[in-house]
Amino acid sequence: MAKQLLKGNIAFAEAAVRAGCEAYFGYPITPQTELLEHMSKRMVELDRVFLQAESEVAAVNMVYGAAVAGARVMTSSSSPGISLMQEGFSYMAASDVPAVIIDVMRGGPGLGNIQPAQGDYFQVTRSAGHGDFRPIVLAPATVQEAIDLTVLAFDLAERYRTLVFVLADGAIGQMMEPAKLPPMQDLAHDRPEWALTGAKGRDHNIITSINLGAQKLEAYNQHLQEKLRHIEQAGELRYEEYLLDDADLVIVAFGTASRASQTALKMLREEGFKVGMLRPITLWPFPEKELFELAKGVKGILVVEMNAGQMLHDVREAVAGRAPVAFYGRMGGAIPLPKDIVSEVKKMAEKMVAVKVEDGNGHGR
Amino acid sequence: MASGRIVINQDRCKGCALCIETCPPGVIRFADHLNAMGYRPAELYDPAFQCTGCALCAMVCPDASITVYRDLPTARAERRILEAV
Amino acid sequence: MDTVVREPFETVVYERPEALVDVSTHYCPGCTHGVAHRLVAEVIDELDIREQTILVASVGCSVFSYQYLEVDACEAAHGRAAAMATGIKRVNPDNFVFTYQGDGDLASIGLAETVHAAARGEKISIIFLNNAIYGMTGGQMAPTSLVGQITSSSPFGRDSKAAGYPLRMAEMLAGLEGTAYSVRRSLHDARHILQAKKAIKIAFEAQLMGLGFSIVELLSTCPTNWHMTPVEACDWVRDAMIPYYPLGDYKVAPELESKTGRGKSTKGGAR
Repeated sequence: MAKQLLKGNIAFAEAAVRAGCEAYFGYPITPQTELLEHMSKRMVELDRVFLQAESEVAAVNMVYGAAVAGARVMTSSSSPGISLMQEGFSYMAASDVPAVIIDVMRGGPGLGNIQPAQGDYFQVTRSAGHGDFRPIVLAPATVQEAIDLTVLAFDLAERYRTLVFVLADGAIGQMMEPAKLPPMQDLAHDRPEWALTGAKGRDHNIITSINLGAQKLEAYNQHLQEKLRHIEQAGELRYEEYLLDDADLVIVAFGTASRASQTALKMLREEGFKVGMLRPITLWPFPEKELFELAKGVKGILVVEMNAGQMLHDVREAVAGRAPVAFYGRMGGAIPLPKDIVSEVKKMAEKMVAVKVEDGNGHGR
Repeated sequence: MASGRIVINQDRCKGCALCIETCPPGVIRFADHLNAMGYRPAELYDPAFQCTGCALCAMVCPDASITVYRDLPTARAERRILEAV
Repeated sequence: MDTVVREPFETVVYERPEALVDVSTHYCPGCTHGVAHRLVAEVIDELDIREQTILVASVGCSVFSYQYLEVDACEAAHGRAAAMATGIKRVNPDNFVFTYQGDGDLASIGLAETVHAAARGEKISIIFLNNAIYGMTGGQMAPTSLVGQITSSSPFGRDSKAAGYPLRMAEMLAGLEGTAYSVRRSLHDARHILQAKKAIKIAFEAQLMGLGFSIVELLSTCPTNWHMTPVEACDWVRDAMIPYYPLGDYKVAPELESKTGRGKSTKGGAR
């Protein structure tokens, strides 16, 4: 298939359609409404299920319904809508049902604005609802990745019977880039055997998230934790490295912040700074081991985000003090500019000259 | 006149008394004992064969613990003979 | 003690329905949830739809309703059953999908989902238990609690100036185009229970015929939180609830008229 100029939101939607999405329930909210509108056309054309729900609360519960019925289902929203959906996410997580959620983030908190932000990181990478759980979180940085990760999301969701978020800032939803769409996949023919399809010739299936009694619920939580460990060990971690071989300063960024950082990287290299970047593509599982290893050989890490410092905490935890971790962020929908990232890296570099950093064995560097 | 009988599942009955209240000939009463759940179940007490098998008790029972039987014509005739004796 | 029948020539006139799981329920003695479950099970048996039925259970005293019916079932978040049922029915249109909800679940937190499912004419059926109180959480005021009714969160009686007036859901939903069948019945005595069962059957048939949204509102008791005996509670439904919540058929799709056996649909009027 040839490349086409595609808007991110349209790319998300069309990728989902081609990945065999059977049902879409959503609600308009900027900056992802084009996704819903594209689905309203394509899903109806293809005689699949589309419904604009009366609210995000209703939409996520329709997703829950379609998921327990065994269908390949998704929804999309933006930050305030994701907050409304959190109850539903928690219920779905506690039911071992698969679903895909696309969150096109905007400035917050509250009603905020409609500019791009990365302020939902905490909310989505930690259980995305009450209780102990973590969804798989995929973070595209380009329209092509938006397509590829959406297709991947459905497979991962069903493989592990879990929630998969595709987490993008508003800029990715709105921007247009050349990208290739995958061919159309056939819809799945059979519903999984655990799904609610009518108890014909078998015992009736019950899907519920209530487990009264501490013993029962603790056992269920252990099952969920085991599932998460299984996902981590199964090699679902994804990330990209840029010029890390000889880097002594590393930027860690995802989404649009990583695009700006990439430009900054080029600018810095031209000036002789040995800077590299590690870009997580899965925000969960998170490249903890990789960062820990990386921190051994670098003088400093700069986390660049479009929030007040959220992935920053995961980086700090992973690095475990092996290298200093600094932060540069813009909030309220502002996008970090390459020239500002360049200044921050230079500031960090100046600080590093004088500082001696001890590694785990107590040796100075 | 139809004749019938009911069997109340003593383990399921919660002693709510809706059947006792509803029964037209009033042939249901509380039993002497408590069941395993701690309720005093209801039971049929029909020495005069007044139960008609109307099933109103079963209709009000929240625990579906009542099975209702109605005599077939032969049995009715037998019962009248017994009553007459 | 059973009377002894000397001849075994008798017929079973009533026994517990097959679709009802043979376990003791957690419901209080005399709670009409048990009656409603039984009626639903009887109708499922009679319509022979057990193998295609999916129940969406709700949150309230009936949170474990799925333990009592032999059908595929799921548990919705509080208030969301109509939305969850929508999702299920849209992707599995050949299944028979119904929700079972109390007054808090359907008329308070779930009001938006309920109204919109009806407005869209979702082909789902709702069994709505209205007992004018929140049972599971210990007897708080419900949107259907009567003015003056004392509850644990209206200890001086519901004050219409502060808390407004109770919602009449059967009437409200009847006003929507997508509603095919919206009626109110009562479970306070045998005669009304029989009428309730007929209504449940028609509601289920409305879905099977693909007519749209159907709902049966059932006036129910809560002896425990009303602080009454089960028998007194049934009388309270008759004497206090029915005057405010008249029994009747508020919307009956033309295709269902023949089943109601009443000719043109009647509106309101306690019997």
